Amino acid sequence: MLRFSGKGVYGAIAIGKISVFKKQETHIRRSHIADTAAELERVRAAKEKAFVQLSEIYEKALREVGETNAQIFEIHMMMLEDDDYNDSIRHIIESQSVNAEYAIALTSKNFTAMFASMEDSYMQARAADVKDISDRLIACMEQGGISEAPSDDNVIICADDLTPSETVLLDKEKILAFVTAHGSSNSHTAILARNMNIPAVIGVGKEFIQSIRDGDMAAVDGFTGEVFINPNSKTLAAIEEKQRADLEKKELLKKLKGKENITLDGTRVNIYANIGGVDNIGAVILNDAGGIGLFRSEFLYLERKDFPTEQEQFEVYRKVLVSMSGKKVIIRTLDIGADKKVDYFGLDDEENPALGFRAIRICLTRPEIFKTQLRALFRASVFGNLGIMFPMITSVSELERILEICDEVKTELDEKNIEYSENIEIGIMIETPAAAIISDRLAPMVDFFSVGTNDLTQYTLACDRQNPKLEPFCDTHHEAVMKLIELSAKNAHAHGAWIGICGELAADLSLTERFLRMGIDELSVSPSYVLRTRDAVRNIDLRK
Amino acid sequence: MQTFTYTIKDEIGIHARPAGLLAKTAKQFKSDILIEKNGKMVNATKLMMLMGLGVRCGETVKVSVVGEDETEAAAAMKDFFEKNL
Repeated sequence: MLRFSGKGVYGAIAIGKISVFKKQETHIRRSHIADTAAELERVRAAKEKAFVQLSEIYEKALREVGETNAQIFEIHMMMLEDDDYNDSIRHIIESQSVNAEYAIALTSKNFTAMFASMEDSYMQARAADVKDISDRLIACMEQGGISEAPSDDNVIICADDLTPSETVLLDKEKILAFVTAHGSSNSHTAILARNMNIPAVIGVGKEFIQSIRDGDMAAVDGFTGEVFINPNSKTLAAIEEKQRADLEKKELLKKLKGKENITLDGTRVNIYANIGGVDNIGAVILNDAGGIGLFRSEFLYLERKDFPTEQEQFEVYRKVLVSMSGKKVIIRTLDIGADKKVDYFGLDDEENPALGFRAIRICLTRPEIFKTQLRALFRASVFGNLGIMFPMITSVSELERILEICDEVKTELDEKNIEYSENIEIGIMIETPAAAIISDRLAPMVDFFSVGTNDLTQYTLACDRQNPKLEPFCDTHHEAVMKLIELSAKNAHAHGAWIGICGELAADLSLTERFLRMGIDELSVSPSYVLRTRDAVRNIDLRK
Repeated sequence: MQTFTYTIKDEIGIHARPAGLLAKTAKQFKSDILIEKNGKMVNATKLMMLMGLGVRCGETVKVSVVGEDETEAAAAMKDFFEKNL
């Protein structure tokens, strides 16, 4: 067994026989040409042919991977028309009296080098596009062919590298996966693979091609980027199990995606997702969450040397709101404390950080930090459907002060004529027993509550979450916690507010029915639990 | 001559697709349209050179338009940047 490791670009697993993808070797020889005008005519004719091919590929891509991804081939057509590129080919033919193939190959080399030397990894990956169009142009000079995909069915294509057009020309129905020795995750090839839903691993290293032969067995893990050649029985069993679980999950996805979160008796509930950064937005959309119920803004502050600027925060919030295209996005303001090390905050060490100077307590003590975040949030609000949620609330006066600060920020923005949405929902976390107990007084001041069950349990049961010895005493289904949630729900509804749960209990399927009976309006769970929760909701009957 | 500066807001900067559209837009005018970043200047109709500038998010470019239709061309370019970049 041999093991290679690269970058998985589409999460899925394939097991099957290898087919080595051979490119038509183009040995370009430099030869002297007397009639350079005829040579230029050959280039013109080849370009015409290349255009026809590219439009066909564009059409295929359009059908299979959608317009956004098909645009690569429009770019290829534009590149073929680029003045500098064509001038360079013409100039080489005329000044050196050489054949067109040589002039194209040399031009390709020069432009490829330009892109490859750029700092930006996205632009470096454009070198592959230049090479793709140049190879096509050269192929069109000869007989008009470009490497055809192999005809064997159900194989794993292994290649040194694949150009974007070679990737799109692969017949999705006939191949199980592909693996390339080279390539970056920024390349159009990687992007296309992702959109064609083909398990793919790229960049496994240049020794790869020499180590494999047609017909070898391979197992490709697009999640981890691992490729096993002739796997032993133990590895094979493990990967088969992983494949089975993955297929089952995808089946669930297919069955439940786009379905409503509705019980058998017709009660609806929103199922949102919890995320801790912009990287997870893809998972939110993929799992069909109805919105984001908890966006932890802490990541903006962690692992850096100074406070994030208003503009940096604005860009992130805008991105989330735009990506969710009008679906609800609830962003929780800074929830940081002595247990999360952020040096530039200059926080003192505390005996008991869970009961310490954290979250809203920092924000109210140092309003300049808080206001920067609020300004960024308000400015971003015009790009979508924003809710702002405040953590660690224990009293009415805290909430009053928060609302005052929000008004101050709005006045400042008004003075500068900066737009913000009029429809931002304001809510608080119910994560202290105090907040739950006075929820009748807090509810009239907000649009929603969101119960943070982890902290609520820790504070109600006086059990430090970090202490493993306390596990037997920390009953997450404790009646006291349930009663506090129920009380909060009752008070929220009495004052026209809605209530959600965003802690771990939201994904506890043994409690889903109980929460629905309490009238919980929203459950916010990690993206991978959205569909499982939906499945549970759809099997509940509250009439019974 | 008409000039304006613009700070790129698109996350990946002037990448392949907007560069292609930019070149296409620039070609519609008789004026010369030049894009400058850190003293390096390229003709806006030239896709590869434009991509070669490597303009990233947050960077500022200076756009200069010279020619008989410079007023319309500058307005069109400005509009293009605001909508696409």
